[in-house]
Amino acid sequence: MATVNLETLKPGESATIAAVHTDRALYYRLAALGFRVGKRIEVIRHGRFSGPLHVRIGATDIMLRKKEAQKIEVQTGP
Amino acid sequence: MKRVALIGMPNTGKSTFFNRATGASARVGNWPGITVDLLGAKLLLAGEMVELVDLPGIYDLHGFSDDEQVVRHFLENNPVNLVVIILNATQIERQLSLALQIKQLCLPAVLLLNMADESRKFGISIDTAKMSNSLGMPVTLLSAKYGNGFQDAYQTIAQEIQHSTPIPPEKLQVLLAADDQIENDMESILGHAVQMPVQLSDKLTTRIDRLMLHPWLGLPMFFLIMYLLFQAIFILGKPLQDGVGWLLEAFKRGALEPLMAGLPTILHDLLLEGIYNGVGTVATFVPVIVLFFLFMALVEDSGYLSRAAFLMDALMAKLGLDGRSFVMILLGFGCNVPALMGTRVMRSRSLRLLTMLVIPFSLCSARLQVFVFIATAIFSPKAAPLVLFSLYLFSFAAAFITALLFKKRFQNNEPFILELPPYRFPTLRQMILRGWHEVRHFLNRASKFIIAGVVLVWLLTHFPQNVAPGSVDTWAGMIGHFMEPLLAPIGIDQHLAIALIFGFVAKEIVVGSLAVIYGLEGTALTGMMAQQLDWVQAYSFMLFTLIYTPCLSTIATIRSESKSMAFTLFAVAFPLVLAWLASLAFYQAARALGF
Repeated sequence: MATVNLETLKPGESATIAAVHTDRALYYRLAALGFRVGKRIEVIRHGRFSGPLHVRIGATDIMLRKKEAQKIEVQTGP
Repeated sequence: MKRVALIGMPNTGKSTFFNRATGASARVGNWPGITVDLLGAKLLLAGEMVELVDLPGIYDLHGFSDDEQVVRHFLENNPVNLVVIILNATQIERQLSLALQIKQLCLPAVLLLNMADESRKFGISIDTAKMSNSLGMPVTLLSAKYGNGFQDAYQTIAQEIQHSTPIPPEKLQVLLAADDQIENDMESILGHAVQMPVQLSDKLTTRIDRLMLHPWLGLPMFFLIMYLLFQAIFILGKPLQDGVGWLLEAFKRGALEPLMAGLPTILHDLLLEGIYNGVGTVATFVPVIVLFFLFMALVEDSGYLSRAAFLMDALMAKLGLDGRSFVMILLGFGCNVPALMGTRVMRSRSLRLLTMLVIPFSLCSARLQVFVFIATAIFSPKAAPLVLFSLYLFSFAAAFITALLFKKRFQNNEPFILELPPYRFPTLRQMILRGWHEVRHFLNRASKFIIAGVVLVWLLTHFPQNVAPGSVDTWAGMIGHFMEPLLAPIGIDQHLAIALIFGFVAKEIVVGSLAVIYGLEGTALTGMMAQQLDWVQAYSFMLFTLIYTPCLSTIATIRSESKSMAFTLFAVAFPLVLAWLASLAFYQAARALGF
């Protein structure tokens, strides 16, 4: 199964978080918001004009910029 | 006195709990990060007074932003007898980590799972007894918004606090260490005590989002909502305002005038035409302001602010800001001061400063009074709401242009991640509290600035004693004459110079001082202004008032938040220049076009 970065997922697609490549501060913030390895993540929508992504992890809806999404590696497939 | 600290992730209802428990009126809203400062209040628990401290929401104890530092600094320097952890029960699967971090610090703690009403709706069932066992701290369910579960919570807190001993703050500093263990503990507790449906989604929120965050309709929806809100404030507020005006007038005629007939002329004029007319004219705006904040509370509590951040982030990124900056501009529509303090959630100093530079352009409720007043005096009832809306658009424009001009100087690459909370509805109680809070805020400002301001304006327009009040020979007239070279090109006549000078202190004084300058109130005042000013002059005056310094409190807040005198001076000087240039461009262009 291939890993890609979160930004490449299309709205409606979901995947499993495989790795988070960020600095410490951002890593903690993401973890607290639910970005933990092994969690399912679904992309709900992309903002217009290369705006942010709207994603859902469990019960939490989160928005993040493309730049940050590129740092999150996900595994596609069920 | 024993001390209890409230800790939890952002937007989990700590302040709502705090308000209910202590009767305080901390600001609440459905926006992660609405509390950015410490707030303490006393509470009687089982016959003992304890101090309850409401802390800003934190994602974890390793945070680096100013609001998270506030929490850490507090814990490291103040002995705490008990920590009350408040988590969102619906998001327990990720929020539990904070409880474990607290436990790791060996702080005596109680866990309250808030929003039990929402989590039940989602089909989440939590076995508090099991969770309490594996966590090693008492756990109870709570709905802070509706006031359910408070008895249990109080009882638990009272019990725990009796035999808890505070950890010395120095020890805590050592304990704030690695938390790999937390991940494992979390899984095991969750597996034990919580049952969650596999697919969890708030259908209503998803459906509303489909419209509100629609790729093409989202932004037009935003402006439509804004337009309708201000239209509603205008349509509902005007009759109320007229009503208050009528009452004040009747009181003056019926009671004050006969009562004060015996006083010397000077004193009589100062009291009635100075203070009463001035403050009274400002007071007629209280209903409009309350109405405005009721709507504002509705928007803040709905969770729409986060959506606005989502919609605007792409544009804001091009301006060197982010979605949160836009939300702060929106919050600034109420009052610039809390919006400035709200920037503490940003970690990058450049981003914070740039946001603080643009917030003062936000058309706050005090400026709203000036514009409602002038717009209704000069423009037709049909045109007035449109004029008002156009000023809001100018408010955005001034902020955006400023950001564009200075984004190079305040570069940042702060990541932007934000929760989108589900849509919620404020309770009637929350809305009434908010309205009352604003009335109190108004009375506070009235006693501080407005009375002093109108008295000074009255003195300036009535002295020296031997000249006609309000004429060019008064002190106000001399100041106006002195300022003429600056104000004539932007169409602001000498009368209004004094109003602008005092508007620097607080915008409410502008309305009050207009009443004093013309020595009239109510319809007589608006009629007089319509005679003296044409619409081009009036609009130019409003543009200037919109853009130049909001008020002294704002300047003081910029100073204390930026901790830089140079930045503060710049944040005062630049808007003055921009205001003058904008009014000049508008006035000269309008005149050149033959208006």
